[in-house]
Amino acid sequence: MSTLLTAPVWWPLLSAAVGLLLRARPALQRTTGPVALAGVALVGLWLVRLTAEGRVVATHIGDWPAGVAIPFAADRFAALLLCAMAVVALVAVVFATLRGEDRHHLFHPMVGVLVTGVSMSLLTADLFNLFVAFEVMLIASYVLLTLRAGHAQVRAGAVYVVTNLLASTVFLLGTALVYARAGTVNLGELHGAASDPGVAVAAAVVGVAVAVKASLVPLHGWLPRTYVTAGPAVTALFSGLLTKVGVYALFRLYSVIFAGDVTWQPLLLAVAGATMLVGVLGAVGKSEIRAILAFHMVSQVGYLVLPLGLWTVGGVTAGIVYLVQYIAVKGALFLAAGTVETIAGSGRLPRLGGMARTRPALAVGFLLPAAALAGLPPTSGFVAKLLLVRGAFDASQWAVGGLAVFVSLLTLVSMVKIWNAVFWGEPSAAVLAEPGLHPMQQPAVGPPVVDGLVQPAPVTLTASRVRALAAPSLAIGVATVLLGLGAQGLVALAEPAAAGLIDPAAYLEAVRHP
Amino acid sequence: MTAAIIVGLLTAGGTYLILQRGLVRVVLGFILLGHATTTLLVAAGGVGRRGIAILGQQGVAEQPADPLPQAFALTAIVISFGITAFLLALAARGRTVLGGDDVEQPAEPDEADRG
Repeated sequence: MSTLLTAPVWWPLLSAAVGLLLRARPALQRTTGPVALAGVALVGLWLVRLTAEGRVVATHIGDWPAGVAIPFAADRFAALLLCAMAVVALVAVVFATLRGEDRHHLFHPMVGVLVTGVSMSLLTADLFNLFVAFEVMLIASYVLLTLRAGHAQVRAGAVYVVTNLLASTVFLLGTALVYARAGTVNLGELHGAASDPGVAVAAAVVGVAVAVKASLVPLHGWLPRTYVTAGPAVTALFSGLLTKVGVYALFRLYSVIFAGDVTWQPLLLAVAGATMLVGVLGAVGKSEIRAILAFHMVSQVGYLVLPLGLWTVGGVTAGIVYLVQYIAVKGALFLAAGTVETIAGSGRLPRLGGMARTRPALAVGFLLPAAALAGLPPTSGFVAKLLLVRGAFDASQWAVGGLAVFVSLLTLVSMVKIWNAVFWGEPSAAVLAEPGLHPMQQPAVGPPVVDGLVQPAPVTLTASRVRALAAPSLAIGVATVLLGLGAQGLVALAEPAAAGLIDPAAYLEAVRHP
Repeated sequence: MTAAIIVGLLTAGGTYLILQRGLVRVVLGFILLGHATTTLLVAAGGVGRRGIAILGQQGVAEQPADPLPQAFALTAIVISFGITAFLLALAARGRTVLGGDDVEQPAEPDEADRG
């Protein structure tokens, strides 16, 4: 059982190693990469089943005594996220393969390393190991972001790496301080440790570092600047995985180390509110699809951390439902944006128009997740937002609940802006010409020869392949509607997860004595 | 006390350097910050609290060091080494693509660069 619990960590890492060996065989890489991700998704599903009734699966690596061993544990919260993230990663990789974005021989191996880091962050129950997991994840993301190594990528890459490296250094400093004060970094032994002011300060240092990775206002500036320079599939991958792992870590730290201490709640609510508002306002001035979506990512993180300030079963359940469906929704939006860019050769709003007429399937593939992002029925976004706002009102947090409603209105305005400019009206010249479909004008994915390996030729985007490009976002869009109609199922899955966060006794016991 | 002063000096120097414009100076700043963190990790150790000797009871040392933060420090050194190498490669690439290691100098990236 412990082998399977750690499988989401070693299995994609193994596939990355195999992928590197197969670097001269792109066709084989295209098989091993997605197969590993599908395997992680299956293990995630199995863990969701196994964590029924508040059970927690745990193991100690290498049979070291408790307190020294690295513990791995999966509760319902971690299992749900593992599953959602693996599925979105798989969809993004399939999209990259269709679009030919995986032409660089490091693409599939680095996605494997990225997923290794993500799985390890979700499953580890040790603060130092969480740092290592973040680093594994970030190193892969550094490479994926700068894969094309052009002008914009090098500049954005420098900002991204420096910001995240600084955050990681601060994280490590905080971990060292926690160890100095509490004598352990094992989450099983740190429950409520923040009642000691020294540990509280040390853990808050860790919390600030995680807040950078989750891009909470005022530590969000790096995200909108950097994410848009990567390829569309990579942006979708990052949006589904990276910041969400930061949000997960915030939930876990608050649940275990701070034991849901209410004195932090006004601060958490203020940060959540500011993040929502600043993110959505930042999107107003942007005129490129992915740039707008990147600012909405910041805004949505505000919704995701709002439950921290409520810390009721209802509120946290809403937060988990929100998180799980949002991972898929944002991925779908970035994939739809990537398809628009691939076909029309640009994501700039003034150049686009009328794509609902030329590409109806793509239009629906954008419309459904956009409705989910704004929180319109019958999508899953509506249910999640309704539960979250109701959770805020139940906890008498009228101001932040009202702000959540107001910000979703602004989100709707932003989505309508994209819809009007890209899909509505008469087809523009760029849309009619569809320059992206001519191989000569396809975006360069990298130099033709890298490390002495001749990169495979650009894929020719035939009519059937372009139709296939719209499929991933359309599939997720339909899934959000189904999730919205059958929301009771997701809520039932999330409720034990929320209960396990608010009262982590079972988690702590499992981490100490697996 | 010595450790505290060393950590303070390294952090001050590192902070100064990462606020510089050139990427190479930033890398040097991160090296200093990394050393500060490593020193802090090693200084954070102490065996008394855990009450179990990791290598069994056969040890004869009067004052055994706490091995856990040393393992942490070793891991952190390896990670920061890898990232330093990546950053230097990025700086080298920046010299070719941007004609210098100042990543902020030209105006905003032109939209045509995005795929």
